[in-house]
Amino acid sequence: MGVTIIPEIIRESLNNLVKNGERSDDRSFDDYRDIYLETGVISKAEGSARVKIGKTQIMVGAKPQIGEPFSDTPNVGVLMTNSELIPMASPDFEPGPPDERSVELARVTDRCMREAGVVDLEKLCIIEGKKVWMIFLDLHIIDYDGNLMDAAVLGSMAALMDAKIPEAKVEDDEVVIDPEKKVSLPIKEKALMCTFAKIGGELIVDPSLEEEQVMDARISIGMRADGSICAMQKGGMQPLNKDEILKAVERTGEITKKLMEHLPQNNQ
Amino acid sequence: MITIITNKILGKNSTSSKRADGRASDELRPFKIEAGVLERADGSAYLELGGNKVIVAVYGPRELHIRRLMQPDRAVLRCRYNMAPFSVDDRKRPGPDRRSVEISKITSEALMPAVFLEKFPRSTIDVFIEVLEAEGGTRCAGITAASVALADAGVPMRDLVVACAAGKSEGEVVLDLSEVEDKDGEADVPVAIMPRTGEVTLLQSDGNLTPEEFGKALNLAIEGCMKLSEAQKEAIIKRYGD
Repeated sequence: MGVTIIPEIIRESLNNLVKNGERSDDRSFDDYRDIYLETGVISKAEGSARVKIGKTQIMVGAKPQIGEPFSDTPNVGVLMTNSELIPMASPDFEPGPPDERSVELARVTDRCMREAGVVDLEKLCIIEGKKVWMIFLDLHIIDYDGNLMDAAVLGSMAALMDAKIPEAKVEDDEVVIDPEKKVSLPIKEKALMCTFAKIGGELIVDPSLEEEQVMDARISIGMRADGSICAMQKGGMQPLNKDEILKAVERTGEITKKLMEHLPQNNQ
Repeated sequence: MITIITNKILGKNSTSSKRADGRASDELRPFKIEAGVLERADGSAYLELGGNKVIVAVYGPRELHIRRLMQPDRAVLRCRYNMAPFSVDDRKRPGPDRRSVEISKITSEALMPAVFLEKFPRSTIDVFIEVLEAEGGTRCAGITAASVALADAGVPMRDLVVACAAGKSEGEVVLDLSEVEDKDGEADVPVAIMPRTGEVTLLQSDGNLTPEEFGKALNLAIEGCMKLSEAQKEAIIKRYGD
C-alpha cells in the first residue's frame, strides 16, 4: 500500500469549503454522487453487478459452489465475501496478497450482508451436515475514486438479487444438479451501507477520493430496509464524538431509504 | 511477573441476573492490568478480563526500514494483533487471517489519535498484541492493554485509549459480552474512547440493533470504558509510583 502525500493547500481548501457548507463538486452534505447500477453483466457468473458511485467502479460476481457446511451450523448455507484492490484501480494499489484495506472492505461488506440476513441461508442447505450451497461474492475494484464501502455493499446486494443458481435435488443421498432449471437466491432482507467522512468538523456523505484523503475520520453504517442497524465500522485516524455518531445514525435512515431506490425491483 | 487469575467469582452483585454468568447488565467481568511485564520490549502490559489473557509489547519509536511506509511528518503506528494457536477451543492455524488483519488495522487507528506521532517523523512505533487465551472481547482487551504498554514505553500521549464492548444478548442490551453471549447474542458493539474528552476512536457494530438500542449500547460501552480506564492508570502508578 503506497502512501499518497496530500498538499496542505488542498487539505485546507477542502476543509474550508465544508466549513462554509460547500463541497468541491457542489454536492450537499447528504448527497451521493451519480449512482449507476447494472446487473447481469457477466454471463458466466450466476449473479453479477457493475456499480459506479461517481468515478468509483466495482464489479461484483456471485458464484455458487456445493460444499460442506461449517460443523457448528450443519443446516445453513455459506456466504463468503472476498475483495481485491487490483493495481489497475489506483496507483496506490499494489499486486500481491490482499492488504488490510481490502480485508477490511470484504469483512465489513460480509458482516453487513450476513447480519442483515440478506440471504436466507437455511434455504441453501441441500443435505444437512453434508452438502450446502456456498455463495462466493467477489468484489473486483477496478476504479478507485473514494467510498468503496457503499459501492461494495450496493454491488453485492444487486449481484445477490440478480443471481440464479441451478436447482439441486437429492436422489439416493446424492446431489443432482439440474443446470436447466435456475432459481433465484432466497433473498430475505435488503441492506445497504452509508459512509460519512468527517471534514472540517462536519460529516459528509459519500466522500470522493479527494475528500477521503483529507478526512479526519470515517463512519460506515449498514442499515436494513426496516431501519435497523446491521453493521458499523469507524475508520480514519481521528476520533468522533458521541453526538456525531448518533447524528450519523439518524441521517442514515433517510439516506438509505433513497439509496434503496437504486436496487432492482424485487426479482422474486 | 505474570500471575493468572481465574474467572469463577462472577455474579456476586446480583441474584436476579438473566446473564449466563450471573452478571448484572452493566457489570464487567473481573479484570486486572499489569504494566512492564516483559524484559526486552520498550514497553509492555498484561491484561486479563474474564477468561481473556492478552499480552502487549511496544517497540519504538524506532527506525522504520520500509521506505514506502515512511511518513515525512510523523511516525507510523503499526499494530499486529495475533491469536496464539492454543488460545481458542479448536486450534487456530498460526499466522494472520482476515480477522486478525482487520483487527490490527482498526486497533492502530484506535490508538493513533492519542499518540503524538508528529514528534517522531520517519520512524515507527510497533505494537504487538498477543492473545494468549480468548473468551470474547479480545480486540477491546488488546487496545486497553496496548495503551498501558505504550505508556510503559514512554511514548508521549494525549490520553490512554480504553476499549470495551456492549451488545445485545437474549433481547437485553448488556455490557462486556462473554464468549457465549457474543456467539449466541444478537449484536456486538466494540467501542474505544479517549476518556478525557470522551471521543470515540474505535466503533464497530455487528448484528442487528434499532437506533435506540444502539444508543443505549454505546452509552453502556462508554461507562465500561471509564471503569477500565481507572485500572489502566492504577497499573501505571503501581509500576512507576505517583
